[in-house]
Amino acid sequence: MVKPYSMKKNNLHTPPDAVPADTPIIAAHLSKSYNKGTVAALSDVSLEVKKGELFGLIGPDGAGKTTLFRILTTLLLADEGQAWVSGYDVVKNFKQIRRTVGYMPGKFSLYQDLTVQENLTFFATLFGTSVETHYELIKDIYDQIKPFSDRRAGKLSGGMKQKLALCCALIHKPAVLFLDEPTTGVDVVSRREFWEMLQQLKQQGITILVSTPYMEEAVRCDRIALIQNGRILHVDTPSRITGAFPVNLYAAKAASIYTLLKDLRSWNQVESCYAFGEWLHVTLRQDTGNGQALIREYAASRAHAQVVVQTIAPTIEDSFIRLATSNTLPYGSGH
Amino acid sequence: MKQLFVFIRKEFYHVFRDRRTLLILFGLPLVQILLFGYALTSEVKNIDLVVTNVSNDVLGQRLTNQLRSSAFFNVQEQPLSPTQIESAFKKGQIKAALIIPAGFSADFTKARHATLQLLTDGSEPNISKTVLQYVNAIVQDFQRAQQPVTSISPVITPEVRLLYNEEGNGSINYVPGVLALILMIVCTALTSVAVVREKETGTMEILLVSPFKPVMVLVAKAIPFLILSLANFAFILLLAVYLLQVPIAGSLLLLFIITLLFIATSLSFGLLISNATNSQQVALLISMMGLMLPTIIFTGFIFPLENMPLPFRWISNLVPAKWYYAAVRSVMLKGLGLADVWKEMSVLCGMTIVLLSITVKRFKIRLA
Repeated sequence: MVKPYSMKKNNLHTPPDAVPADTPIIAAHLSKSYNKGTVAALSDVSLEVKKGELFGLIGPDGAGKTTLFRILTTLLLADEGQAWVSGYDVVKNFKQIRRTVGYMPGKFSLYQDLTVQENLTFFATLFGTSVETHYELIKDIYDQIKPFSDRRAGKLSGGMKQKLALCCALIHKPAVLFLDEPTTGVDVVSRREFWEMLQQLKQQGITILVSTPYMEEAVRCDRIALIQNGRILHVDTPSRITGAFPVNLYAAKAASIYTLLKDLRSWNQVESCYAFGEWLHVTLRQDTGNGQALIREYAASRAHAQVVVQTIAPTIEDSFIRLATSNTLPYGSGH
Repeated sequence: MKQLFVFIRKEFYHVFRDRRTLLILFGLPLVQILLFGYALTSEVKNIDLVVTNVSNDVLGQRLTNQLRSSAFFNVQEQPLSPTQIESAFKKGQIKAALIIPAGFSADFTKARHATLQLLTDGSEPNISKTVLQYVNAIVQDFQRAQQPVTSISPVITPEVRLLYNEEGNGSINYVPGVLALILMIVCTALTSVAVVREKETGTMEILLVSPFKPVMVLVAKAIPFLILSLANFAFILLLAVYLLQVPIAGSLLLLFIITLLFIATSLSFGLLISNATNSQQVALLISMMGLMLPTIIFTGFIFPLENMPLPFRWISNLVPAKWYYAAVRSVMLKGLGLADVWKEMSVLCGMTIVLLSITVKRFKIRLA
C-alpha cells in the first residue's frame, strides 16, 4: 500500500534581483565543504521558508545544520549556490541582513561575567535600539528571568540562560529569527516552555528558522526539513511527512528484546527493524495487512515469550530513519 | 558612537571582574619594580670584608676605619691565620679578605713602600672585580690623605664619574625596562586574549551578526587597554620616582608621547595575534613566547646588546621594546630632547603602521 506522494524537487532558479518578498529565507543549491574539500558539510541544499513560518531543521549532530545557519546569517561563505534572507543576498548584502535578523548560536553565547540586565542592555545598544523600544516583544519571556536581572549570566540555569539569549536575539525586533539548536542541553520543562514561546513569537509575524536534533520537537513546527549528511531528505509539514509513510509500521516487544531484534533482522520477511525506546519498530516486505499476525507467529516460532505486536502511526523519527536509509527503502513515489 | 561607548564600558566590566587580569595589570608592575629595584640588583653593596690587621698599628687601624666608613663593605676585624682564611673562603663564609701585614706603618712612613694583600672569591667575578675597584679607590684616598700634599705630585689621577647616574643607582636602568615589559604584556597579551575570548565563547558570532561594524570590535577592544596602559605608565613612573628615587631628567610630555607610540605598537601586535588565533591559550603563548622573551633578551636592559653576535643585534632591531627602551633612557635618564629620539620614534611609528595595516587587511568580517 504505497501511498502516492510526490516529492517535489525544489526548482529554485530565482534570479538574484527578483526575490519574492513573502519568502524571507531562500537557499538555492548551497554546498559547503571544510578542510579543502575533504569534508562535505552541505551538498546541494535548497529550501524556502515562508513569511511568518516556524520552520524546523531536523537532523542529528553533524548533519550540517550549523553550517547552513552560518551561511544564512552571513557568517560563512558557501562554496556553491546562493541564498537570500529578507530579500537580501547573503554575500553581497550581508550588511543589511546583519541589521534585520536575530541570531542565537548553538552554544550559549552571552557574556557570562555580565549580569542579565547588562547583557540585555549591551545587545540592545549594539543593535541601535533600547531595551524599552521593543519591550512588548520580550516581555513574556523576560518576566521569567527578571527576578535574576542582577545575577551574572554565567550563574543562571540552562533554561534561564536560553531565555536570556532569546531575549537578546529578539531585542531589536528582527524580521527573521535564526535559532541554532536552542533546546540542546536544556531540561524537558524549559524545552516545552521554549516551544510555546516560539509559537507566541510566530503570532507576532516573525519568521523563525529553528534547528534541533530532537525529532519529537519537529511536530511543533509548521514545516520541517529533514537533514542528514549535508543533504535535505525531505521538506514538508510534520503531519504530511508522517502521513506519507508508505507502509504499515509495527511495534513489537518480547521478554528478550535483544534476541527478538536479532531474530527479526535475520527473517527474510522483514524490511527494516530497529530499536525505538522499549519497542522494536518493524516494517515488512510484502505486507498484505496481516503483518501483526505474521510477526506474532514468527516470534512464537522462535520461542519468544510475552510477545506484543501493535500497528502504530509512524513518528517523525520513523520517517527520518526511513528517509535516511532511502537508497534501500522506498519512501513515497519520489524514489 | 553610543554603541562604541557601551562596548568599551563592557570591556571595562570584563577587566574589573576578572581577578587574574587585574593582578596582571596592577600587581605585576609593582612586583617587577620591587624585584628589579631591590632584589635583582647588580649593584655591589654591603659586601662582607674580613680585615686581618696583623700590624695592629696606627695606620693599619686608620685604613680599617676608612674601609668601615664606606657603604660598600661590612668590615669584620678578625685575626685569622692564612689557613683559617682559606678554609673560610672554601666554605663560602667570606667573599673578600684584606690582610694588613706586620710593620705596615713603618713601611709606609719610612721605607715609603707598603704592601697590602687583598683576597677575593674569583668564582664570582662580578663581585671580585667590584671589590677590587672599591678597595683600590679607598686605598688611593687613604694614601693621599696620609701624605703631605707637596711631597709627591701624582702624574695622572684618573677622575671617574658615572655620568647621568652619579650615585650608581642600579634601579635607573630597570625602570625603562620594566616599563617596556609591562606595557608589552598589558597591550599585547591582554588585548589579544580579550579579542580571542569573544571567538572562543561564541559571542563573536553575535557581534558579527549585528549592525556593529566588525572593525570597530578591534577599536573597542584597543581603547580600554590603551587607557589602562596609560594608567599603568603613570603608576610605574610614580613607583620609580618615589620608591626607587629615579629622577626624570627630560620632558615628561615627550616621555608620554613616546609611551603612547609604544602602546600603539604593542596594541597593533596584540590585535594581529588575535586575528591569527582562535584560542586564548595560543594567543597568550604567542604573546608571551613571541614578545616577552625577545623583549627581555633583545632590549638591552638585562643583557647588553653590544656583547651579542651580529645576527642577534640585527634581530634586536625588530623588537619594538628595544627602540622604546632606548628612547625612554635618553629622555628619562639623560634628559635628551626630541632631536635625539626622533629616530626611535619614527621606527615605532613605522612598525605601528605596518602592523595595523596588516591587521585591518586581514580582519575577517565572517567566521572563516
